Amino acid sequence: MPLVTSPADAVTVRHATTVVALRFADGVVMAGDRRATEGHSIAHRTMEKVFPADRHSAVAIAGAAGFAVEMVRLFQVQLEHYEKVEGVTLSLEGKANQLAQMVRQNLPLAMQGLAVVPLFCGYDLRRGTGRIFSYDVTGGHYEEAEYQATGSGGRDARTTVKLGYRDGLSRDEGVELAVNALYEAADEDSATGGPDLVRGIYPLVAVVTAGGYEQLDEAEVAERFAAVIERKRSLRP
Amino acid sequence: MTMPYYVAPEQVMKDRAEYAQKGIARGRSLVATVYADGVLIVAENPSRSLHKISEIYDRIAFAGVGKYNEYDQLRVAGVRHADTKGFAFSREDVDARSLANLYAQFLGNVFTHELKPLEVEILVAELGADGRPNQLYHVAYEGTITDQDDFAVLGGDAETITERVRADWRGDRTLAEALQAAAGALGGPERPLGPGDLEVAVLSRSNGRRTFRRVTDDQLAELLGGHGSVAPTDDGGPGTGASQTTNTGA
Repeated sequence: MPLVTSPADAVTVRHATTVVALRFADGVVMAGDRRATEGHSIAHRTMEKVFPADRHSAVAIAGAAGFAVEMVRLFQVQLEHYEKVEGVTLSLEGKANQLAQMVRQNLPLAMQGLAVVPLFCGYDLRRGTGRIFSYDVTGGHYEEAEYQATGSGGRDARTTVKLGYRDGLSRDEGVELAVNALYEAADEDSATGGPDLVRGIYPLVAVVTAGGYEQLDEAEVAERFAAVIERKRSLRP
Repeated sequence: MTMPYYVAPEQVMKDRAEYAQKGIARGRSLVATVYADGVLIVAENPSRSLHKISEIYDRIAFAGVGKYNEYDQLRVAGVRHADTKGFAFSREDVDARSLANLYAQFLGNVFTHELKPLEVEILVAELGADGRPNQLYHVAYEGTITDQDDFAVLGGDAETITERVRADWRGDRTLAEALQAAAGALGGPERPLGPGDLEVAVLSRSNGRRTFRRVTDDQLAELLGGHGSVAPTDDGGPGTGASQTTNTGA
């Protein structure tokens, strides 16, 4: 094998960072931080990494931001296009497969260090439940029974969710757990942005239920983070 | 027996036009009208799955009368054109005028160059935004394009129905009132049309980004039923009817 030098060494490319998804009783919660980095510096503070894929599904991205955002845009158009041409929406599994093909097409770039790894979730109207799919750079996709996180802070987020997860969480508990996970990830990972109290920038949190995709108000997310910070403070002498 | 070697172009065009008109007249008609909250399209169509009215883009709807396979092909081409354009540029760059022009060019080309003209008439409706008016582009089988901002009637009985619509047309009606008027005009006094005979869709300002919604089943029956009794309760907000579809749709 010839030695592949990653162009990421030579060219700095924007990378997007921690996204997490978890199932609760009525569907799924998905959340993502807002920081984009170029090498060791912060490139963007208000990056959006959680998107509605269509009415009943959401996609979150980690990896090279330019390719990732473009992939999401194309994915959204494809789902809407299918729905309009065929008159019905794709099944949730159909959507997950479609996204896998797009990730696989990106494989040559991923080999050069410009990987895009999405996380996909949605409400399966036919089964009446929320479902989560995780991906690898080869387009392999795997259904997750409970939760998943990806990006540079994914490991920390996953551990946090793992400790608080149980079956049948309420919406409130689900959102709280996702917010906690992002807080802990930002605490450990330099490329993950936490709540920015000075500028009033908070991670994006969305829920997908039978009623569709819904992004939480910034005020509600701010309140959640304030509660986390308050709790952390109270533990200190 | 001798075969005719020469046919005058006038005759050729006349024959083709007649052929297309006959084909279109075999199908049922369709009315599109502006109402308080956007654009309402009502087609006489007993089928629940083979649609005459469809969504093209965020603020654009398509409707066709005549031969189903022919206008459905045009519909799919329209969706592809709009989605491609919106992806390559921006969602706001997709407009009904350019799409209607494309349809007109295509229908015109087929009419003059192909053996058989398309037996269709189509409507491209756009919900106005930021102070721009609603637009209804009516494209005929030979590529003639007309634009209206009040109402349009497509199909074989167009003249009679147009007269009925024009008689008491108003642009500020609620959804229920506009629907009842359109259904009345489509059927005429001696042939009242029920919910089972109609396909109904709206482009409504209260629907968010994708303004197209089908009005189906229970809601359709409710809006059509009890002439006069439904209309006053709907006065509270013209959007209420359309937002109900949001919940049942998809």
